[in-house]
Amino acid sequence: MEAKEIWERLEEKFSGRVHGFKGDVFDPYLHVEPQAAVEVCRYLRDDPGLKFEVLSDLTALDWPKEEKIQLVYHLYSYTHRHQIVLKADLPREAPVIFTMEEIWKAANWMEREVFDLFGVVFDGHSDLRRILLPEDWVGHPLRKDYVEQEEYDGISTQRAPLVEKLLR
Amino acid sequence: MSAMNEATAGEGAAFQTEDMIINVGPQHPSTHGVLRFVVRTDGEVIRSALPDVGYLHRSIEKIGEKVTWHGFVPYTDRADYLAAMFANQGFCMAAEKLGGIEVPRRAEFCRVIACELNRIASHLISVGTFGQDIGAITPFLHALRERETINNLMEEICGARLTYNYIRIGGVGYDITQETCGRIGAFLDHFELIVDEYNRLLSYNKIFVERLVQVAPISLEDAFQYNIVGPNLRACGLRWDIRRDIPYSLYPELDFDVPVGTGEKGILGDCYDRYMVRILEMQESCKILRQSLRMMPKGPAIAKVPRKFKPPAGEAYIRIESARGDMGFYVVSDGSEYAYRVRFRTGSFTAMGLVEKLSRGIMVADLIALIASLDVDAPEIDR
Amino acid sequence: MRELVEQALREGYFQGIPPEFVYAGAMLLTAFAVLSFFVAPLAGVTSWLERRVWARMQSRVGPNRVGPQGILQWLADGIKNLLKEDLIPAAADRRLFTMAPYVVFVGFLATFVVIPFGSQFIVADLNIGILYILAVTSLVVVGILMAGWSSNNKWSLLGGMRSAAQIVSYEIPAGLSVLTIILVTGTMSMQGIIKAQGWAPWDWLVFYNPFTFIAFFLYFTSALAEGNRTPFDIPEAESELVAGYVTEYSGMRFLFFFFAEWGNLYVIGAVAATLFLGGWQIPPVTDHPLLKGILEFAVFFLKAYFWVFVAMWVRGTLPRVRVDQLMALCWKYLVPLSFICLVGTAAWVLVWPQGNRAASIAMFLLGVAILIRFSLRVGYQIRHARPELYLKPYI
Repeated sequence: MEAKEIWERLEEKFSGRVHGFKGDVFDPYLHVEPQAAVEVCRYLRDDPGLKFEVLSDLTALDWPKEEKIQLVYHLYSYTHRHQIVLKADLPREAPVIFTMEEIWKAANWMEREVFDLFGVVFDGHSDLRRILLPEDWVGHPLRKDYVEQEEYDGISTQRAPLVEKLLR
Repeated sequence: MSAMNEATAGEGAAFQTEDMIINVGPQHPSTHGVLRFVVRTDGEVIRSALPDVGYLHRSIEKIGEKVTWHGFVPYTDRADYLAAMFANQGFCMAAEKLGGIEVPRRAEFCRVIACELNRIASHLISVGTFGQDIGAITPFLHALRERETINNLMEEICGARLTYNYIRIGGVGYDITQETCGRIGAFLDHFELIVDEYNRLLSYNKIFVERLVQVAPISLEDAFQYNIVGPNLRACGLRWDIRRDIPYSLYPELDFDVPVGTGEKGILGDCYDRYMVRILEMQESCKILRQSLRMMPKGPAIAKVPRKFKPPAGEAYIRIESARGDMGFYVVSDGSEYAYRVRFRTGSFTAMGLVEKLSRGIMVADLIALIASLDVDAPEIDR
Repeated sequence: MRELVEQALREGYFQGIPPEFVYAGAMLLTAFAVLSFFVAPLAGVTSWLERRVWARMQSRVGPNRVGPQGILQWLADGIKNLLKEDLIPAAADRRLFTMAPYVVFVGFLATFVVIPFGSQFIVADLNIGILYILAVTSLVVVGILMAGWSSNNKWSLLGGMRSAAQIVSYEIPAGLSVLTIILVTGTMSMQGIIKAQGWAPWDWLVFYNPFTFIAFFLYFTSALAEGNRTPFDIPEAESELVAGYVTEYSGMRFLFFFFAEWGNLYVIGAVAATLFLGGWQIPPVTDHPLLKGILEFAVFFLKAYFWVFVAMWVRGTLPRVRVDQLMALCWKYLVPLSFICLVGTAAWVLVWPQGNRAASIAMFLLGVAILIRFSLRVGYQIRHARPELYLKPYI
């Protein structure tokens, strides 16, 4: 199925909660309201004509100039061999969205990674804690305004003091 | 955390037993890289095995935003150092798609040859370390012996044995000479017979088979839910290969089979199927290599790409069939000479999410077999 | 040796010392001589041989620097380990931790008292020889459990538990196979069992009847399991438990465990040679006592060492069985099979008390046929491996 048809199906079912379809890029995407994201995804997974069985990727983009963190969902269907990209814009200060875990279990780990690196909180997640960084790390590194902490566990994270220490 | 706080009540009225919490890793001879599992066992039987990853996190994705497009290519090697060519290729394909660059035909052939050789090398390590984890120490060294030849070939092609930085934006770094092609052909003549030797030594060994069949089968439903890709998915019965189903590069013109797990010796999707799929894939790679060596045309090895590469703003999602499955590259460009966001979606990361579910009720020895059969690779998980 | 001491006493060498002390002293001296000049180099050379055999099977070379062909490698390793820091984990149980290697070592060492190296060449020909060996090798379980528990390490504990279960279980098929032989010979003394066999292969007990033939393989498998060798090396499974019950050991204590393991290999081979393969029996080629002694020693040594080589061969080839499969193998397959062998041999001895020579020759021919088939298969594999392709270096 072409991306345009998917967009039309979604628009007629969830009118108002999906918008902003862009079809002339390499990977056609559409925007979805954060509150409706779970419903839309459930429909995309279960509808026999669409049948997006896999969540290929769940990641985020940080747009500090537009004050938003954009969650990007790449969905793929093995049966119909089509893909679609969903984007959800979240406010940068308090990015919260409901979890996709019940729909695709793969979202469990991917959302933990987004929480770890971007700070997006996923409501209803069964085990939301940092996955790649240590538990007591401060900050969310993939944000554009991330400043590394000065010290971790008593070791300096900046190069100059460490070099000094070695040369001494 | 909720799983760890379950009450450790004993089973059976007479004995009050307690579960034992063991750490498998991060320093351990057989966790494929730096991984850690917090395993709760009742004697030998595991109640839950929680993976704890992040020991090899090098923030490649953040580095992608700080170095130029050309300069990031060596970093992609380290995303999975056992199958470095694929990561190279994925990123370069994404950059080319964004920049509208067309890769010359000879460069595509060089890419295919390098990638398939790397696939064989990666599967050799996977199969060899799998045997070693099960206890058969000899096949590991035989696999390494073959991999030595491949490393020598790679050194001839691009100068490096492990992290190649060979596939560049617009083509490949160096051309493959006729002499190297001859040596690759000689290697293939030798290697195709060696795979039979492995089968005799390891694959059909009764003890090996008994260790692996019916251990941790993955149903197709689970595979979709948890986004398992690559040989693991093919072992569950689905004949899906990015090279054939979402073709890229030269693969539409090449003729090869896609091996699937058959469940003949146990349950469909168990450890043995995952192992056999990799052995068969090595043989398919040999076929692809022979065809590409025969069909290789003359021509330039790299297209003209500006030094300061500045693709127009946009985003691209590329999938390639790496040795460990469908590796996704989501690259966002904002028109400057640094990428805005580089995202690697790797098969091992999501496979680790499945380990906790699969590990309930198996024995400690089976956990090792399970990790080895999923062919997880710590750098891929942590990036 | 007893005669020597008695002769010395008669000639008045030890005047003021009571004869019991003289006997005890002579015994200790012999034990010391055997230990230092035979057992220690034997275990050491076995370790070298294992590393070489392993390496050649894995297309590597193995140790070949220290001494001619690396044969002194074990000396270098021993000296290095002696010079290492003596590490005992802070929370470990000190007394048990330090005693465990010695218990394991004693468990294997004490068996050398009854190993018959030649017709005159045995330290003490106990009339319960083989039973003594079975009993003493069970000490190893105690040592391993001590090591696993006192290390204060969950991995060691797991390894120790697995090992205890494994060794105790595999005592049964081993013991029953030995019992099968005792049924035939009627004596438990090692020299007696050898004297009940002849020098010709069809006079060996392994070909006596089909049941002893099977009992031989049962014994060998169970002995491998008792010695913690692959495919049953779960207690020290390197890739699962780091090093199992020896994880926390370093230096000489570590080496003691492996010393015991390699030496135990020899004991396994020696017992197999004694019980099943005719021991030191040689064809009557000479009457000269020294030459006869040397020939007998050589024959016994070679027979025992061949099985050491087979154990190494098996270790390099086969993967490891899982713990529950191991127990299932023992209790569901080996124990019933060994009972069948026992009962079958008992029936055989009832029917043919003097043995059935025709049956022995038939079994011998069967054995030879199996050996030929095996060699053909190996030859086929060697031919099809095309070694000329990778003997030439590529680049």
